[in-house]
Amino acid sequence: MPAVHAEGLFKIFGRRTDEAVRRLGDGASVADVRELGATPAVIDVSFTVEPGEIFVVMGLSGSGKSTLLRMLNGLLDATAGRVRVGGDDLTTLDAKALRRLRQERMSMVFQHFALFPHRTVVDNAAYALEVRGMDRRTRRAKAREALALVGLEQWADAKPDELSGGMKQRVGLARALAAETDLMLMDEAFSALDPLIRREMQDQLLELQAQLGKTIVFITHDLNEAMRLGDRIAIMRDGRIVQIGTPEQILDEPADDYVAQFLADVDRGRVFTAGHVMVAAPAAVPLGAAPADVLTAMRAHRTGTVLVGDGNGGLAGVATEEAVRTAAESGAPSLVGLPLQPPVSVRTTTLLADLLTPAAQDEVPVTVVDADGRLVGVVPRGAVLAALGGATGNGRPVPSGTGSPHTAGATAVGTREAVRG
Amino acid sequence: MAETSLLVAAEDGDLPRVPLGDWIDTGLDWLTDNFSPVFDAISTGTEAGVESLRDALLFLPPIVFAVLLAVLGGVVRSVRFAVVSLLGLLLMISMRMWDPAMATLALVLVSAVIAVAIGIPIGIAAAKSDRISAVLRPVLDFMQTMPAFVYLVPAVTFFGIGLVPGVVTTIIFAMPPGVRLTELGIRQVDKELVEAGHAFGSPPGRILRGVQLPLALPTIMAGVNQVIMLALSMAVIAGLIGAAGLGGVVVTSISRLDVGLGFEGGLSVVILAIYLDRLTSAFGQRRGRLSGFPSFLSRGGTVGKAGLAASSRSADAVMPVGTDQNSPNRPAR
Repeated sequence: MPAVHAEGLFKIFGRRTDEAVRRLGDGASVADVRELGATPAVIDVSFTVEPGEIFVVMGLSGSGKSTLLRMLNGLLDATAGRVRVGGDDLTTLDAKALRRLRQERMSMVFQHFALFPHRTVVDNAAYALEVRGMDRRTRRAKAREALALVGLEQWADAKPDELSGGMKQRVGLARALAAETDLMLMDEAFSALDPLIRREMQDQLLELQAQLGKTIVFITHDLNEAMRLGDRIAIMRDGRIVQIGTPEQILDEPADDYVAQFLADVDRGRVFTAGHVMVAAPAAVPLGAAPADVLTAMRAHRTGTVLVGDGNGGLAGVATEEAVRTAAESGAPSLVGLPLQPPVSVRTTTLLADLLTPAAQDEVPVTVVDADGRLVGVVPRGAVLAALGGATGNGRPVPSGTGSPHTAGATAVGTREAVRG
Repeated sequence: MAETSLLVAAEDGDLPRVPLGDWIDTGLDWLTDNFSPVFDAISTGTEAGVESLRDALLFLPPIVFAVLLAVLGGVVRSVRFAVVSLLGLLLMISMRMWDPAMATLALVLVSAVIAVAIGIPIGIAAAKSDRISAVLRPVLDFMQTMPAFVYLVPAVTFFGIGLVPGVVTTIIFAMPPGVRLTELGIRQVDKELVEAGHAFGSPPGRILRGVQLPLALPTIMAGVNQVIMLALSMAVIAGLIGAAGLGGVVVTSISRLDVGLGFEGGLSVVILAIYLDRLTSAFGQRRGRLSGFPSFLSRGGTVGKAGLAASSRSADAVMPVGTDQNSPNRPAR
């Protein structure tokens, strides 16, 4: 069952809203219904959020994204359409049932933190539990746990006024986490923070997400933030969703010029990972192979280096052509004792931006390992630059300098594994 | 006055005379004829309340009570305030104005308590509903700007001469700022905070008690302060219709052309006013050693925080949740 399912959602402010919905459904333009005195904020929006994913709604101010978020927890009533959270249809619930749903199933993080200034940090974090009727001792203990998750347990007895912006938002996050709801709604949660703190908070959110596996609907106006956080992104414009897709899909195939304009500002190095640009690793030669045979194979593949396996699925190191030739000329029976260079390994999830330095510095190819440390591919040197220039993509061949030229790697290109903390 | 202006209008534009004054007279007669038991009950209750409060205020010897009031001022505000107010109160005693002053204080306190008890709930209702607010605004304007003498007279027809019409007119005159500032205080509470309450499933009553009222409290207390000040100014006018106290003293001195007595009565009003104003505004401004009335209500303990605040900047750099800072690759996706 999807965590959140929105179907044909409309939110129209002003007068004659039902008439406006009908006309918009019949294909009238926004300007047409404005003449009725209606102001459409969200128009015919449908999407599904799967459990455990970060679903980012990205749009500029006035695009209706905050209105949309407030319809997901019933702070605003939908003019038309349905919202399902878990199995419950929000539009059919009465006020009391809606409050119960908010208490037990969803929590929210606000742009300007919305901490209660007259309560201590721990009592702020415990708010959701207090509303739920939990006794003071238990809820404070749970709130302290949540504060520990965001690294603020030593500030439990302070008042929000004493904290900096980033710390305040961590309390906001702790308040949402303490509620232990599956669904978290985050409304421009990091937009009011300065860039360095924002970056830190994004990292922290991703780490927490890897640990806790919440379903998160995250609103932002910053496409870089959307690309960094989102498993999937919905781009909104003037109340409509113009595209939904993974960051890679959106980068590869922007739905229209509007989306494409945004993409110009995206830092591709922070969206694509080693997993996207790697090619399948050439078979590693065993340590027992004869140097002369290895040399022949290397010449046949026109490669300057060869990966040497340790016999257990791992890597012993990288041998250069020169070292192999020396060994072959000296008549060594195997590669044992050959001067091997340590392999430079990155994970499939390593961002291209972090790949630039190892790819540029070392002569040996950068190897890519999965979470268990198994070799899954190598990154050809030119591939990183090509990807930054916009030449990556699912299924598109990547120019390769080393190794065999077929692309599909051992791990599916395009999956983005969560880092396990 | 109203009659002449209407007559002029009739001559100018040939408008028919609207007998508004007659209607009001008829209405008042009808009220007195049909509801006199109600008015009598209100009258008896109010009179008993004010008089027993006055007797309580006069129970202690004046000097002892003056010292107690000064100490209260010291606790709530400052030592300097305690000293100055003690001097003022002693001056009142030596002018032989203590008894009428306590009668006035009793009238002010009863009126102010009733005005606040009615005004704050109305203010809350006005803050919650734009419609109520819109209806209320002209009514409050009417209560504040209608010359007090105009409703002093009907109050006398309902309740007779004496204390009670004084209390009633004082309540009417003093209530509007209590309503207005309560509404303002609640409307000024950050919308996002109220939204946060809703987002976590808090029922509206709980949001009102737990978020809106505590945060609006300084503004509401400013309203209470204004209610008390207006009540004091009206209590003196109420002397005209026989309410005892400093108002009575002033009225007597005017009728006798006794400037000295009038000045003594007036000065006592000023001393009482300044004392009450400073005292109640200290509650609203979180000043003094009581350090904030709100913490009284919210039950939360205040924690020493100067040291914490000083180190807040540096702590922002602390990276929590086991971030591996040695790893060359940021553990992002």
